[in-house]
Amino acid sequence: MSFITGVGLTAFGRHEGSSSLDLMSKAAELAIADAGLKRADVDGILCGYSTVSPHIMLATVFAEHFGIKPSYAHAVQVGGATGLAMTMLAHHLVEAGVVRHVLVVGGENRLTGQSRDASILALAQVGHPDYEVVLGPTIPAYYGLVASRYMHEYGVTQQDLAECAVLMRRHALTHPGAQFHDAITVADVMASKPVALPLKLLDCCPVSDGGAAFVVSRDRTGETGVRVLGCAQAHTHQHVTAMPGLSELGAEIAIARAKATSGVAISDVRYAAIYDSFTITLAMLLEDLGLAGRGEAAARVRSGYFNGNGAMPLNTHGGLLSYGHCGVGGAMAHLVETHLQMTGRAGNRQVSDASVALLHGDGGVLSSHVSMFLERTR
Amino acid sequence: MSGVKDWTAGAEAIVYQSCPACDARQYFRRSFCCSCGAPDPVEKLAGGEGVIYATSLVCRAATPEARAHIPYNIVLVDAAEGFRMMAHGDNDLLIGDRVTARFVPFAGRLVPYFARTRS
Repeated sequence: MSFITGVGLTAFGRHEGSSSLDLMSKAAELAIADAGLKRADVDGILCGYSTVSPHIMLATVFAEHFGIKPSYAHAVQVGGATGLAMTMLAHHLVEAGVVRHVLVVGGENRLTGQSRDASILALAQVGHPDYEVVLGPTIPAYYGLVASRYMHEYGVTQQDLAECAVLMRRHALTHPGAQFHDAITVADVMASKPVALPLKLLDCCPVSDGGAAFVVSRDRTGETGVRVLGCAQAHTHQHVTAMPGLSELGAEIAIARAKATSGVAISDVRYAAIYDSFTITLAMLLEDLGLAGRGEAAARVRSGYFNGNGAMPLNTHGGLLSYGHCGVGGAMAHLVETHLQMTGRAGNRQVSDASVALLHGDGGVLSSHVSMFLERTR
Repeated sequence: MSGVKDWTAGAEAIVYQSCPACDARQYFRRSFCCSCGAPDPVEKLAGGEGVIYATSLVCRAATPEARAHIPYNIVLVDAAEGFRMMAHGDNDLLIGDRVTARFVPFAGRLVPYFARTRS
């Protein structure tokens, strides 16, 4: 068994003068305190990567900086799926008895530490260096390609996708740590600057500074336990040119495996934390995971199904689209918010019943997937 | 690998590989077939005909070289020979359009560029 025993999250947006290590440290300190532990209790460290400060040994750099001498430590790199992939590994490490408390941490000064162009350029490198990157695509263009095909096959419109952005913004308005605090409408999304059509500026997550961390432990440390029920991965390709057909993507494979290992059905799920780098990402994943019928994600958003008081509250902190995206820590915020909801600490965002949660992360261009079920135990 | 030059090496050509053992086609050059693992896939010159699979019109680029071409259309093309490739294309291309390749300069190099096939 493994439990998420503590979580920590900074505000996302501008943290002028903070390094990636500063943001990681801040989040780590919050998570360790939240778990009721001391630095010295942590015997395992898993961290992500920083595009601003690349290093071949970031976990030990962080351990030294933070003042921990762990018995197990290394970095993990699976793009946007890194946070959940680290959580999955931490779960297996504590179950196997390798360590007692794993600190999972990600943080980056991606907004103020480099130019926006540098961020866009760094991220475009997930493409093939010889056959794709030289053509001048961007991450939004890779997802724009997927969006055009998805819209074509399933009759989804740009207005449909815009609904996802509006929902995430509405949720962010209730969280003081979110990067954006202005309400938007479908018309605003439609009128926003074209980035890589069919995706426009408000279909895309922002670049942010921020950090997130959690502690995964063999035993619960608090009154309310949040237990990992089961998790699974799927990796079907790296490059969009080599992506399989829309009906053969990794999200469907990963969720099927996670359901099989945990015995959980989608009908058991009460809260959803789903990767939302772009509106198309969120719409597709909701449908691939079975949280909406094919081509029906937007209709479910419009009906209030994913609202805080709806049947399946979704990314109540505002997601990558509106809480913000600082790299590895970006999607880790989804897990932090899930933990707050499951332990009844989400304040004005608290949903009525977050007893079972589904989390899903995606890295690359729908390349790497991690699905995970969490359960609240009292 | 026989090393037939293609557009990635500055030639006006699209090259793919075909596996003599399992007949799979692949676009990214390797010294083996990624479907069955057999060595020495045969390099073949593609005819430049295909069908548009997906499109995205890039309006925001990250380098000054690419910015000079804005907006440019990134397309995925299903080539007649049975492989998929990324290229540039006319801005008004639609999914399902039959297209033919030529080569145009982009950010200091030659890239494949697709326009609707004239019938």
